[in-house]
Amino acid sequence: MSTSPTTATAIAKAMRNGDLCAVDIVQAQLQRIASLDPELGAFCSTFDDRATANAVRLDERQKAGESLGPLAGVVIGSKDNLLVENELASAGSRMLSTFRAPFTATSLQRLELHDGLLIGRTNMDEFGMGSTTETSAFQKTRNPFGKDLVPGGSSGGSAVAVAADLCAIAIGSDTGGSVRQPAALCGVTGLKPTYGRVPRYGLIAYASSLDCVGALARTAEDLALWLDCASGQDPADATSLPTPATVSHMLAERSDLKGVRIGVPRELNGEGVDDEVLTATQAAVAQIRDLGGEVIDCALPSAKHAVPAYYLLATAEAASNLARYDGVHYGNRTEQTDPSQQSSIDTTTQSRSEGFGAEVQLRILLGTFASSYGYSAQFYERARLARRALQREFAQLFERCDVLLSPTSPTAAPHFGDHEEDPLARYMWDALTVPASLAGIPALSMPCGQTADGRPIALQAMAKHGHDGHVLQLAHVFQMHSQHHLRRPQL
Amino acid sequence: MTGYTTVIGLEVHVQLGTNSKLFSPAPVAALGDPNTRVHHVDIGLPGVLPRPNRRAIELATRAALALGSEIQLYSEFARKHYFYPDLPKGYQISQFDLPLALGGSVVIGEGRSCRLHRLHVEEDAGKLTHTAIGTLVDLNRAGVALAEIVSEPDIREPKEAHTFLHRLREVIRFAGVSDCDMELGSMRCDANISLMPIGSDTYGTKVELKNLNSMKMVHRALEYEVRRQTAVLAAGGKVIAETRGWHDELGESRSMRSKETAPDYRYLPDPDLPPIVLDEAFVTAQREQIGELPEDRRNRYRQTHCLSDQDVTALAQDRDIGDWFELLVAAGADAKPACNWLIEELLPALRERKLKLLQSPISATGLAELLTLLKDKTLTQKTSRLVFAHLLETNVSAKQAIKDLGLGKIDDPASLQPLVDAAIAEMPQAARAVAAGTDRAIDALKGLVMRKTRGRADPGLLDSLLRTTIAANS
Repeated sequence: MSTSPTTATAIAKAMRNGDLCAVDIVQAQLQRIASLDPELGAFCSTFDDRATANAVRLDERQKAGESLGPLAGVVIGSKDNLLVENELASAGSRMLSTFRAPFTATSLQRLELHDGLLIGRTNMDEFGMGSTTETSAFQKTRNPFGKDLVPGGSSGGSAVAVAADLCAIAIGSDTGGSVRQPAALCGVTGLKPTYGRVPRYGLIAYASSLDCVGALARTAEDLALWLDCASGQDPADATSLPTPATVSHMLAERSDLKGVRIGVPRELNGEGVDDEVLTATQAAVAQIRDLGGEVIDCALPSAKHAVPAYYLLATAEAASNLARYDGVHYGNRTEQTDPSQQSSIDTTTQSRSEGFGAEVQLRILLGTFASSYGYSAQFYERARLARRALQREFAQLFERCDVLLSPTSPTAAPHFGDHEEDPLARYMWDALTVPASLAGIPALSMPCGQTADGRPIALQAMAKHGHDGHVLQLAHVFQMHSQHHLRRPQL
Repeated sequence: MTGYTTVIGLEVHVQLGTNSKLFSPAPVAALGDPNTRVHHVDIGLPGVLPRPNRRAIELATRAALALGSEIQLYSEFARKHYFYPDLPKGYQISQFDLPLALGGSVVIGEGRSCRLHRLHVEEDAGKLTHTAIGTLVDLNRAGVALAEIVSEPDIREPKEAHTFLHRLREVIRFAGVSDCDMELGSMRCDANISLMPIGSDTYGTKVELKNLNSMKMVHRALEYEVRRQTAVLAAGGKVIAETRGWHDELGESRSMRSKETAPDYRYLPDPDLPPIVLDEAFVTAQREQIGELPEDRRNRYRQTHCLSDQDVTALAQDRDIGDWFELLVAAGADAKPACNWLIEELLPALRERKLKLLQSPISATGLAELLTLLKDKTLTQKTSRLVFAHLLETNVSAKQAIKDLGLGKIDDPASLQPLVDAAIAEMPQAARAVAAGTDRAIDALKGLVMRKTRGRADPGLLDSLLRTTIAANS
């Protein structure tokens, strides 16, 4: 693999030039997964037949002289909560351990349409609820920078798959930071696009007003390539944005950041962030200033409400979205008792108690409480107000700034078992990523350094609603002038 | 007698006449094997999202406008949560604090009308069948578009509730929104009923009645409930806030569940669906699609055609019936006989053949021709019915039918005279009695000729020929 190109952009270019053979790429990747993944645990299963068949067709078309799509030969992993026809889609849950998808998610269909090669589904926290991939009902996923380090989550499998070169791009989903945070902890680049930019049809829902399909790759350039292919309106998703993003061409327009107004909100760049992390991100901000960026000190006072607002809204929507797993129509149905001897509500209760893990049950209870009669005004409705206030503050900041910067995660990857047992303390870990989720704005995480013991540290860039190109452009320029994203783990 | 005022409010579900479901492309069909009209969205599979049906919003808007409701230019879909096997997502997509329309009214009697509280759009649930081996779920109906119309508690007696439903159905049908067939389930009704002492302005404890599957059942169930609650109160008891199911075969309602255990639906704005934002142009366009409403039509028929209340009510019960009536009149028929024949002959005959009016084998011009022939006495009442029956079967013109049936009227003296002579010869006493001045004896002779000619003899000519012949013989 060392002589082969490893970015999606380079692979696709080599494929189109006839320098690579898709079947060879797929074989090599499947072999690499087979040799490395038993220890890493990034993939739940691989789509050997699907990937090979698509590769064979791609090679035939190449031989026939047909023009190939922008993702030709790019091997892509997809998170276990995205549907791929005839493959299992479990969202990390025992509830869906045998659920086989009858159709392919729009966001993945588009990748195959552009000649990308889906290779397998990656492990995740159950229904996206977690920040370490430990709530998966199936397997442990390890950070390639240290086998005793958590990979982050919930898209931990996708982050590890890219970090360990098991695929060129991995698709994730980001509700409160689930793409950006594992990207940060595993030293790869991750994008949460503007809400609605990439269709959600075929994404197993966690919190619908926050869920975004995102991606992880080695470079911002690859993410731009992905976004151009995956974005655009979908009649099956009423919340999808009408216009596709066309961002790849923007990347060639700049090699510096002259005149780009960079906001550094105080609330996201100080309190609660580890010193080592802060030192690295401040150095990155300084480098961005050296590249021509105008750095502006600014405030986002509502950020302090972001975590409580996020957890109230996300859990209320989750309690609603997960109500469909009732043991009646599909998914886990209890075998404990004779169904003819009990009422349907007993079957539902028992099936859910068996099928859902502890974190999911906790969040369903929280969300049910926050939205229940007599409490909803106090919790759910207030959280909506806080969300709107935050959206307004962001809108005001983006009148003065093109991009906002902060660390992605307040810490580098912790060790397994390190993180707090207290869920509220754990939820504060998301403080830097949830503001962009609540605002629906695009946000990207890119490597910007490492701790003394070699754990990756990342910088987060956020831009105005709909301006995904701004964060990609900034990250691309940064990566043209730095090496952080090139650092690979020793495997 | 009772000392109580009855207070009734209705909640009516009307199935919107869309081709596909409210949030999925699955076809809407009354028939079909279980679970064959079902899309991934209707099962609530993981990863699916609702896609709103524009047509449903159009039809619901028309219904609301036809009922005089005020369209809300900004409304929202909300999720109503409860667990039940016929509800695959664990929530029903409905509308909560921001419904599509507010207000409106329905006439429930002379000078009486019932105000409407609101109209909102929602999806239907599936259907459960309980069998010996377990409960079966059919999701064909799940996701079908409904409008729920909620009345204010302005109805004061069961009969008014019955009228409310009739009038509501009429308006909804006229607006082209739904066929509103209670037996087929495209219109469903729940009723809230309570009693309060006469003169009081504080409502009593209300009971919700369900399983009201026809207009008759609504009427019967409400009458039963008035009696039941009256008896409870008269005995010094208290009415319990509860939901009761109507058992028509038993003629009684039974408690289904108490209101204290009513679920918390945890309404949430549906994050998968953007708000419904309408503009005045949309509302105007829907208003233009509605056309004449039944009350306007009744007034017009009263004034233009001098028809009775009963006639105009019958004609305006359905847009197609009125339209057909107007075709008859346009083809030259007089209003009164046109109304009678349409309501009393054609509609029952079509019902018997399970045909809709628009599928009638007799065209409006065909029936108008028959009525003209009846008017100019080419046909008698009796022969006209034979021609009518023939037209239903054969689809020929009325004149052709007369020929086919040999039903031409015998109105020339040369043809009729031999029959008159034969009748006198057969009933000489009657002829003598007429000659002697007992005039009514002539009816026996006429009857005889009519029987022999199967009613084809021209009555006027027959009368004069009988009299001149008898006079000449005596």
